[in-house]
Amino acid sequence: MTPAALDLSPLRRAAAWHPAEFAFWLLPPAAYFLFPDYLALLSQIAITALFVLSLDLILGYAGIVSLGQAAFFGLGAYAAGMLGKYGWGDPLLGLAAAAGVAGLIGFVTSFLVLRGADLTRLMVTLGVSMMLFEAANKMTDITGGVDGLQGIEMKPIFGAFSFDLYGKTAYWYTVIVLFLLFLLARRLVNSPFGLSLRGIKQNVLRMPAIGAPVHGRLVTIYTLAAAYAGIAGALLTQTTQFASVDVLAFNRSAEILLILVLGGSGSLYGALIGTVFFMVAHHFLSDINPQYWQFWLGATLVLIVLFARDGIMGLGRAAVARLGRKAP
Amino acid sequence: MTAVLETRGLVKQFGGFIATSDVSLSVAAGARHALIGPNGAGKTTLINLLTGFLEPNAGAVILKGEDVTHLAQHQRVKRGLVRTFQINRLFADMTVLESVTLSVCERLGYGWNWWRPLAAHGAAVDEAAELLGTLRLLDVAHEKTRNLAYGRQRMIEIALALAAKPQVLLLDEPAAGVPTGESRELFDTIARLPREVTILLIEHDMELVFRFAERITVLVGGALLTEDVPEVIAKDKRVKEVYLGEALHD
Repeated sequence: MTPAALDLSPLRRAAAWHPAEFAFWLLPPAAYFLFPDYLALLSQIAITALFVLSLDLILGYAGIVSLGQAAFFGLGAYAAGMLGKYGWGDPLLGLAAAAGVAGLIGFVTSFLVLRGADLTRLMVTLGVSMMLFEAANKMTDITGGVDGLQGIEMKPIFGAFSFDLYGKTAYWYTVIVLFLLFLLARRLVNSPFGLSLRGIKQNVLRMPAIGAPVHGRLVTIYTLAAAYAGIAGALLTQTTQFASVDVLAFNRSAEILLILVLGGSGSLYGALIGTVFFMVAHHFLSDINPQYWQFWLGATLVLIVLFARDGIMGLGRAAVARLGRKAP
Repeated sequence: MTAVLETRGLVKQFGGFIATSDVSLSVAAGARHALIGPNGAGKTTLINLLTGFLEPNAGAVILKGEDVTHLAQHQRVKRGLVRTFQINRLFADMTVLESVTLSVCERLGYGWNWWRPLAAHGAAVDEAAELLGTLRLLDVAHEKTRNLAYGRQRMIEIALALAAKPQVLLLDEPAAGVPTGESRELFDTIARLPREVTILLIEHDMELVFRFAERITVLVGGALLTEDVPEVIAKDKRVKEVYLGEALHD
């Protein structure tokens, strides 16, 4: 075979849109019409999906373990909340401010986080998150503490679409923001930059030996992921017009880690599908059994980790591969 | 001939253990230079010092007249100093084509490009395919690296380094663990590299070393024992005693 004869279609296919992706993105509009009574839950799913996507960018693609992503979620939530409270309630301005504040703190703390290996990173991210939680808890004059930030008022999106009681505007707003940021993340992971992140995750010692500035790449993706988490936090504040210290709580960071493992880290759709699965299961299991619903989620997680290490996405890929082999 | 790579009084200590002791080495441009020595002689440590994988306690590394002692690994690679590893350091879950394209992209400065898909970087992909053709890896271009036989993985190890277009290539036991037939093929490939690429080779297989190298440096206990052309090294009694044993007496 000559180099010119090499079929490059597998490489092109990796970045091309698959029909299943189009089908997937038809689900949010379909859900709007099929489940009009669940728009609040569906908005929460979109927000959480964006938050999980932020963790996927650093953990799934670059191999940076974190138990403190809620720090950026919370910063974004408070940034948007403060703006809304003091008369700057334009939603897009709030998103920009949230991304800026979370991204800036992400950039600054990345130099601490990226110094060590996995366990160090886990502890430093957790530590930063805990410090921010306690700071927000202490500064009640600014944050409202456990009572939350009161008096947030949101202006209509583009001056035309007001947030309504039924959550219709909130739903479309969160879904569109999620979709746009998903597109951006999809571009990124399929680019040479994204490939270099995968390279860092798979063999961090080799990357400098082919000329890659590993630290710079990790700082960049950590900062970007922080901005994503910040935007997710801002969406929560804007759509609920409320923010309390809960946005910085440890359980948020742990929960998105669980969701990502469930869905399949290192796959953008894994993050999205894991979120849908978790949130829907959470909603219905807690309805059926308010006290012990976590038992079933825990059991599912154990089964997934033991028998499907790449999560729901891994199971899906294996099923498709099996079907492909059986096809004539 | 002018030196392309030099070390001046290079020292590396791990606690009380001196792994590299006052090593001053000079590698001429275009050379086929081998670094030999018994196990624990400090050969890999020296490569690690040259490439910036380790920081020396004292001494300097000079690349094309520039002191690169305190430059990071990736900065030395940008200046043309590239290495392979004794134990494969590959991207197990990437395809062979993706791995080599990644290395080409880093060299061409596309590594920061986050907008255009990888496949849209036609020049980088074509160059990677060309290199795979040269190394007879085209048939496995779309295979995941982890699925390949060890000998072919060794070839990818070299492909990643060559994709960085080295001016000085440091090969750390490239034939380690490779079956004899495949190691000959591997060395034939290395021997075909143009003279613009200076090669410093660490290798335990003396037959390959004496067939390939035009100059040999012998390292013992972290220090430089001697350096000369292969014919002289082969006759050097000290070398026979510390390293070659009976192999050359036969």
